[in-house]
Amino acid sequence: MFDWITFTWDMEFALEILPQLLRAAWITLQATVVGFAIAVVVGLVLALARRGPRIVSWPVTFLIEFIRSTPLLVQLYVLYFILPLYGVSLSAFVTGVIGLGLHYGAYLSEVYRAGIEHVDKGQWEAAIALNFDRRRTWTNIVLPQALPPMLPMFGNYFIVMFKETPLLSAITVVELLQTAKIIGSRTFNYVEPYTLVGLIFLALSYPAALVVNRLEARFARQRQ
Amino acid sequence: MPANASDPASPENGRSDPGPVVRFEQVTKRFGDLTVLDRLDFEVAQNEKIAIIGPSGSGKTTILRVLMTLVEPNEGVVYVDGEPLWHKPANGELVRADEAHLRKVRKNIGMVFQHFNLFPHMSVLRNVTEAPIHVLGRSRSEAEDQALHLLDKVGLGDKTDQFPSQLSGGQKQRVAIARALAMQPKVMLFDEVTSALDPELVGEVLNILRDLARDTEMAMLIVTHEMQFARDVADRVVFFDSGRVAEEGPPSKIFSAPENPRTQSFLKAVLDH
Repeated sequence: MFDWITFTWDMEFALEILPQLLRAAWITLQATVVGFAIAVVVGLVLALARRGPRIVSWPVTFLIEFIRSTPLLVQLYVLYFILPLYGVSLSAFVTGVIGLGLHYGAYLSEVYRAGIEHVDKGQWEAAIALNFDRRRTWTNIVLPQALPPMLPMFGNYFIVMFKETPLLSAITVVELLQTAKIIGSRTFNYVEPYTLVGLIFLALSYPAALVVNRLEARFARQRQ
Repeated sequence: MPANASDPASPENGRSDPGPVVRFEQVTKRFGDLTVLDRLDFEVAQNEKIAIIGPSGSGKTTILRVLMTLVEPNEGVVYVDGEPLWHKPANGELVRADEAHLRKVRKNIGMVFQHFNLFPHMSVLRNVTEAPIHVLGRSRSEAEDQALHLLDKVGLGDKTDQFPSQLSGGQKQRVAIARALAMQPKVMLFDEVTSALDPELVGEVLNILRDLARDTEMAMLIVTHEMQFARDVADRVVFFDSGRVAEEGPPSKIFSAPENPRTQSFLKAVLDH
């Protein structure tokens, strides 16, 4: 016999745990935003380093490939359990955010690379002809042209990263999933907490995906 | 130092001579097996207007690109205003120039490109003011006054707020000319500046260049396929072939009585065309 009782939806219980889950969603959002901010900076630094002399670009290329071909979960474990053995001891949240930032920084560096390569060679030549120094060439001429077409890809990675944040529960960050787990093990009711987690993720990532779609459409139009 | 360095600054008739503003000394550039500049010796006097003609692949664009520091020569020395461009003196020898040296010497050179290379994310006005502000350190108002004056001169005083994508090819090229002029170089390079234009737009750009050649003190190096234009503006026409100067002289001589058979057949081909 199948026990139908377990699958009934207790609205009162759901409403009771919703505030706690929303507070946890706030933690998840914070982790996403801070992690992504780190990724944006790390990605740019990696992309620029990759254009440098071989002594820089080869190790950086290796690092990017290493990060991209190992699981985020493993990287989080390494940061959280192994770094303290070398005297680096950070909170779970900070560790998680750094882990996300490095991991997605490696991916974003590829987005930067494509964006930078997309800028016409003639733009670099014009910058030389007008005697811009290297820094101004990047900040005033190359990046302003490379960045806008990259925005949809950035948006995609932002959403993907947001949906990966439950991995942080593995290193004890009390984000959405971890909170649902705690509620479940306290009350033995898993249906409401996990369903609500799913709904909260949906409610946040679907509108974000719509925004990204509009960005994509806009840049597709501009390219015509 | 190059072995056979002649002294270009030697006084003529006892008067002081400022010397050539550009001097190529035995400059060679190879791309793989292809030699595009072959031990080239070439000089440009102050204020001189030179038209460089020749078959495609003859290396004429490479001369400009070496001068603009876009292409590094394999051998030889290029002097700009007496200073080596791709080299700098160190303990009596010439060593490869660093970025700081390149920037110092190339401030004397400006270039207008075949494909304009305007900055698409900047308005017409900002295209012209950006380098004066951030490279020369001019104030914004000073740079804008100058830009408005230059844009007026190229007939685009009413387009300052437009973006390059809103302009015709001829207008883009005129903005590019204003942008290059704003840096007040001693030598301006024009690399087939009408080749990418629709035929009906070529005239407006050539007219700007004619005025410019008449009014300016800058030396101008013009790579072009417009023979009538070359004849009109140039003090000297240089016919380039296989990486070397095959023949040169005043336009009247080159176009009317070329001596080199290669020049003769080239001119016959392009003028009959």
